[in-house]
Amino acid sequence: MTDRVLIIGGGPAGLEAANQLNLLGYKPVIVEKEDILGGHLAKWDRLFPEGERADTVLYKLIKPVEHTPVYLNTIVEKADKEGNNFRVKLSGGKEEIVSAILVCAGFSLFPAEKKEEYGYGIYNGVITSSDLEKWFKTGKGVNINNPSKVGFVHCVGSRDEKVCNRQCSKVCCVTAVKQACEIREKFPDSEVFCFYMDLRMFGRKYEDLYLKAQNKYRVRFIRGRVSEVSEDFTGKVVIKAEDTLSSKPLKVSLDLVVLMTGMISNNSIEKISGILSLNRAEDGFIEPADTITKMYDSGKEGIFLAGAVTGPKTIPETLSEARASALAIHNYLSKKTIQ
Amino acid sequence: MNRFGYRLSPSSQIDLDVSDNSLFRDILAGEPGISTCIACGSCVASCSAGVFDKISFRKALHLLEAGMDTEAVALLEGCMMCGKCTLVCPRGINTRHAIVLIKRKLNKG
Ligand SMILES: Cc1cc2nc3c(=O)[nH]c(=O)nc-3n(C[C@H](O)[C@H](O)[C@H](O)COP(=O)(O)OP(=O)(O)OC[C@H]3O[C@@H](n4cnc5c(N)ncnc54)[C@H](O)[C@@H]3O)c2cc1C
Ligand code: SF4
Ligand code: SF4
Ligand code: SF4
Repeated sequence: MTDRVLIIGGGPAGLEAANQLNLLGYKPVIVEKEDILGGHLAKWDRLFPEGERADTVLYKLIKPVEHTPVYLNTIVEKADKEGNNFRVKLSGGKEEIVSAILVCAGFSLFPAEKKEEYGYGIYNGVITSSDLEKWFKTGKGVNINNPSKVGFVHCVGSRDEKVCNRQCSKVCCVTAVKQACEIREKFPDSEVFCFYMDLRMFGRKYEDLYLKAQNKYRVRFIRGRVSEVSEDFTGKVVIKAEDTLSSKPLKVSLDLVVLMTGMISNNSIEKISGILSLNRAEDGFIEPADTITKMYDSGKEGIFLAGAVTGPKTIPETLSEARASALAIHNYLSKKTIQ
Repeated sequence: MNRFGYRLSPSSQIDLDVSDNSLFRDILAGEPGISTCIACGSCVASCSAGVFDKISFRKALHLLEAGMDTEAVALLEGCMMCGKCTLVCPRGINTRHAIVLIKRKLNKG
């Protein structure tokens, strides 16, 4: 029995779990497939609902684990159970012997070009919510030049059987409202529209943000799923939808359309779940052994879960789960040692 | 044309490129609360005249914002100004005041 714990994924879940495991006296090792830590959080500019800087949050998560060993640009190739331990082969030829594995591999963004009718990758005026975050953060990637009309399209790649994603991605409604306010803040003369089916403002202070979007920023909320996006000869993007509150077809020409792409299961999950024999649900996300009392339990001895790898989640929810998983690993390893 | 059973009907499309909602903006200036409507329908459900007449404050507001003033105002014609809708609005909008402003505006012009 060693005190080493392998963490797959160095996003918010992996970082927080590493910190807690260190504090509990274990030796976590992070394996991250990209060349930086932070996962999706590293891409965001400001966080809902209060506009906290993503950089500040990331710093708070990375600072405590700066001495924790990290393998960047690395994935797990193989994991074999040997007694109480796992012998793990990593890409690049390295090997680790660990007593527990924590899967924090997170989610992937829905590839917007799959919804061809929305014109992503076809029309310059169509971007994704993640492109917009990057632009807010760095001013790079897409070209946004004093737009006078901007539209946000909710549920892109979510709640849509046509692309095999029935689930609601949970965070995109409030992200759209946040970004709509930010656009109005940056371009005070602009008009902003949100096209939604339901507005899912489930979290504390989210409704406050929605109210502010209505009365301070005068964002116009139009209930109806956008059916198609096209480009007119002047380069404007034309959106068509039904205004379901008045049962009338509606059209508007915009300078910028932002697609709220959903959270889907990690696109390398098949490999990970294959290596570790984890169960996946119909939506592609990893299925915990017990979705109410033990979200951290994979059902496989010595393997634990945390964060968006088990479904769409916010960062605070992800961090709570990471702490719960660290504690569950501690309980598991202490029991093992006594035996 | 009749022979083929065709009929030319005016478009019912809301075209936000050309719609003019200046009346809505006037009312908004006098009753800013109307921007916070969440289309819950409580005002319509509670309306005491609603069972006798086609009254819908919710839809009227919505159509005004789309610049469809005539259609909107028709939905407030039977309003008796009882103010019940104001009591139930979960956003705390002074719906009765908004209706007063709409009627006043129209009587003037
Ligand atoms: C547009 C958008 C905006 C958002 N804004 C907010 C917000 O303002 N506030 C908020 O609370 N939440 C927000 N979220 C949600 C937030 O991004 C997630 O809650 C959070 O990123 C989940 O953390 P995670 O560590 O579980 O997963 P991730 O952030 O996805 O991190 C997973 C990590 O694992 C790595 N990884 C994946 N596969 C492997 C593998 N096979 N081997 C090794 N490493 C791997 C990835 O590279 C990544 O670094 C937003 C989401 C979206 C889509
Ligand atoms: S959170 Fe909102 S935008 Fe996202 S999938 Fe759910 S309903 Fe659609
Ligand atoms: S004020 Fe008018 S709209 Fe409101 S409940 Fe009374 S009759 Fe109905
Ligand atoms: S009760 Fe208030 S919030 Fe609900 S539809 Fe009427 S005006 Fe809008």
